[in-house]
Amino acid sequence: MLSGITMGQYIPGNSLLHRLDPRTKMFGVLAAAACILTASNWQGFALAALLTVTALMLSELPFRILLGSLKSLWILLAFTFLIQVFFTPGTVMAGLGPLKLTQEGIAAGSDLFLRLAMLILTAFLPTLTTPPIKLTAGLESMISPFKRLGVPAHELALMMTLALRFIPTLMQEAGVVVNAQRSRGAGFASGSPAKWARSLLPLFVPLFTGALRRADDMAVAMEARCYRGGAARTRMRELKFNRTDFLVLVVTLVVLGAAVALKNM
Amino acid sequence: MEACEENRIFIEVKDLTYIYNRGKPGEHRALSGVNLTVNEGEFLAVVGPNGSGKSTLARHFNALLKPAGGSVVVGGMDTICPENVWEIRRQVGMVFQNPDSQIVSSLVEEDTAFGAENLGLPSEVVQQRVEEALNLTGLSQYSKHAPHMLSGGQKQRLAIAGVLVMQPSCLVLDEPSSMLDPAGRAELMETLARLNRTMNTTVILVTHIMEEAARADRVAVMSGGRIAFTGTPAEVFSEVSLLESLGLKLPAAAEIASGLRRRGCSLPEGILTIDDLVSYLTRQPY
Repeated sequence: MLSGITMGQYIPGNSLLHRLDPRTKMFGVLAAAACILTASNWQGFALAALLTVTALMLSELPFRILLGSLKSLWILLAFTFLIQVFFTPGTVMAGLGPLKLTQEGIAAGSDLFLRLAMLILTAFLPTLTTPPIKLTAGLESMISPFKRLGVPAHELALMMTLALRFIPTLMQEAGVVVNAQRSRGAGFASGSPAKWARSLLPLFVPLFTGALRRADDMAVAMEARCYRGGAARTRMRELKFNRTDFLVLVVTLVVLGAAVALKNM
Repeated sequence: MEACEENRIFIEVKDLTYIYNRGKPGEHRALSGVNLTVNEGEFLAVVGPNGSGKSTLARHFNALLKPAGGSVVVGGMDTICPENVWEIRRQVGMVFQNPDSQIVSSLVEEDTAFGAENLGLPSEVVQQRVEEALNLTGLSQYSKHAPHMLSGGQKQRLAIAGVLVMQPSCLVLDEPSSMLDPAGRAELMETLARLNRTMNTTVILVTHIMEEAARADRVAVMSGGRIAFTGTPAEVFSEVSLLESLGLKLPAAAEIASGLRRRGCSLPEGILTIDDLVSYLTRQPY
């Protein structure tokens, strides 16, 4: 019942995107988002589409998996499309009570749908092509310049590492608790939503107390392994920009420049 | 015995007292006047009934707990001084009961690296030490695995590897096998014996499993926050009435041997492990 969380999970591979430094990928995603969101004419739109398609091709991921990331957010996509289609004022093509299908609506709806789809597709690429550990290291390195402003970069990264580490363990534990409660006659998957929510309580209480106790033990174990914050720490695998990274960064910057130029055209 | 072979003291515990929740409700005196020395390269087992203070004592060896009275000196450093704490923790690695709550990363080699990274070592040194530690614990082929896919015995060996990267001179293990199956226990004991033999690592094993204690060089029996008795396994397990009064049992092999002796078989003293018993009973007759 709890094993369905695979959205955006790392798919091992050796494509160009897989080999890039996580920071390059994250910068690329930000640049792509800027292109997609600021495109204001068809040329800008074409550039954004070209960028998205190129990135998807470079990931060498199966089409099924890319589609999967869209599928997980289909409600959002469908909802925004329909709202735009039916609630944009303009030339009415057909009407059903308060709902009016307008030409402008179809145009606005398609525009927003495409932008959202491109955003989602590109946003999932870093997590699909980077092992979580590297992603965390990349994040830590990217937010560490803000340490001076009081952003706890190392602590945030450590929290992510520990969360990633404990998700499977907590899943296993949840399985044990579910079986223990079932064996004493608890039912989990039936009844009204309120009833269902209440039936989850005997699952979450032991799971939470267990997690808290575990956190306590973990803190002691970390101290025993000489952990004393991020200050003097090093890493086994330091992140390194290689030539491909520089190339990709340059291309990204050129594309960003082009997007700005097209917008002012 | 031999005057020339001088035992160098590694840990010296003097008159150690520890009180949980001192001055608060639920105050509890866990240790009262413990005296114990641990020599370099020794394999010491600490046994005792639940609540006898074994774990509390173990946590004093690497300064996770500070004495309320008396002193603990590790490698010449007093654990009470804050400036000694990190060097003591580097030298005395600690492995806990539950393997799951001491693994920090979702990748075996990353988890192993954690301690070395905390010491601020350059990344090449960290990589080299991780490789060594995984070799020593027989986990090399799992370096890219996720820890939750490992068996219990492998997880505890991973915990040991995570400590070995700090190149400690001593390992303290607090009931490390209580959540393991017999195969995992055997793996763990084999690893400890090998480290003790080949690397001259001092091993302090807190356990309630007498078969494990029987394989140590020396056994300390704890009761009510004190050391009741120390001696070689043979000496300790010949004190049957003392052990019984503390609610402790003999190792199964020793029990069988003493049963056979009562029935008139002439078995030698000092049979403590299944191996001892089997090799005596299947010896070549002359």
